[in-house]
Amino acid sequence: MNREIQILAESWPLYLSGFGNTLWLTACTLVLAAIGGAAVAMLMLSRIAPLRYGVVVLVDLLRTVPFLLFAYLVYYGLPVLGLHVDRWSSGLCALAVYHTAYVGEIVRGAWRNLSVEQIEAGRAHGLYGLRLFRRIIAPQLFFGCAPLIGNQTVQIVKDTAFLLIITVPELTFAASSVQSTYFIPFAAFAVAIALYWAVTLAIEAAVRGIESAAEARRAS
Amino acid sequence: MNVAELQSLLHGAAVTVGVSVCAIVLGIPSGLALAIVRWRRVPVLAPLVAAYVSMMRATPSITLALMVFFALPSIGIDMDVTHAAVLTLLLNTAAFNCEIWRAALIDFPREELAACRAYGMTLPLAFRRIVLPQVSVRSLPALVNEMTLLIKSSPAIAVIGIVDLTRAASRIGAETYQPLPPMIAATLLYVAIVLVFVGAQRYFERRLRRGALQP
Repeated sequence: MNREIQILAESWPLYLSGFGNTLWLTACTLVLAAIGGAAVAMLMLSRIAPLRYGVVVLVDLLRTVPFLLFAYLVYYGLPVLGLHVDRWSSGLCALAVYHTAYVGEIVRGAWRNLSVEQIEAGRAHGLYGLRLFRRIIAPQLFFGCAPLIGNQTVQIVKDTAFLLIITVPELTFAASSVQSTYFIPFAAFAVAIALYWAVTLAIEAAVRGIESAAEARRAS
Repeated sequence: MNVAELQSLLHGAAVTVGVSVCAIVLGIPSGLALAIVRWRRVPVLAPLVAAYVSMMRATPSITLALMVFFALPSIGIDMDVTHAAVLTLLLNTAAFNCEIWRAALIDFPREELAACRAYGMTLPLAFRRIVLPQVSVRSLPALVNEMTLLIKSSPAIAVIGIVDLTRAASRIGAETYQPLPPMIAATLLYVAIVLVFVGAQRYFERRLRRGALQP
């Protein structure tokens, strides 16, 4: 037990850098998938039928592929397309594209739940274009999406662990190298799981914060 | 890809389906047991189950697979990769199934339970005859949805050396130096497997909406 604590204390910088990479990958993926998801949602709501169906089929297809397989396809596929990128970019690219499909579906759902009456009321009060979007549509869209985006963020955190396979040095990679060096399997992975748990609890707390803000907004 | 390679991919797919089905078959009753512990607010155990579920929700399958595979032998529990793979997926899916069962149990009308007691049913009998049939029907679509999530996270077990569909594909890639074709074939097989479950889920949801699925 003492030996394990000592090893963990010595390996702490390794964990910290792995954890930092996991958080960094998650944050980048979340930002990219939010932008991509909004664009994909717009395409899925487009008036041009072939475009709409094409994107819907693509999104549905992507959502049936396991993330690890998609990460492999990107990792081996990009060089075939002539794009020689490092494992970081290829991992991040896989994460961002994959989660764009899920976020797109979430945004589309929230868009469909918008109340037509409120938008019409906004128009009646003389709000048009960007102001209508900013004052009436965007807040509802944001608060409607937030809980599901929170869930998706937990999923992103968990999917970053798969990048271990293409040797991206994230948290599980760090735990795995600690275990293979010192052979302390239980402690090595327990630390990683505790850190994943902490991030998830923080994400859940943030979502609850946003929800209570939405509640307060509705009440005022 | 030649015939032998296709055969080993199909064999891998059979392993993936086999391990997943084992985890599903064991995971549904385990989830129910965990849900009952929380539903009846069993002292000491209920908060432990809540913590377990919260932790599993946060743990990547791949991290769990590595931990199960390396840590259990070190505390004297020897198991081969297949058992470790089933156990990994089971630990994960039982937690998610627990939440599904619990949601249905919480929604179950108290009046019906009170009526059972008024008819002199013991709680286990009421649970078996009245609660379980209704709760099962309500939970079915969500349970099937969780099965598709399980299949999608199952490639994580490839990391501990079991030759599932993912590992079969990467093996072929390593032998032929052309990793892309077997990966594409494996992806298509996964899509096919997942679509079967998605189809089942839509079918149950439709029947449930029409009221055709009676307990």
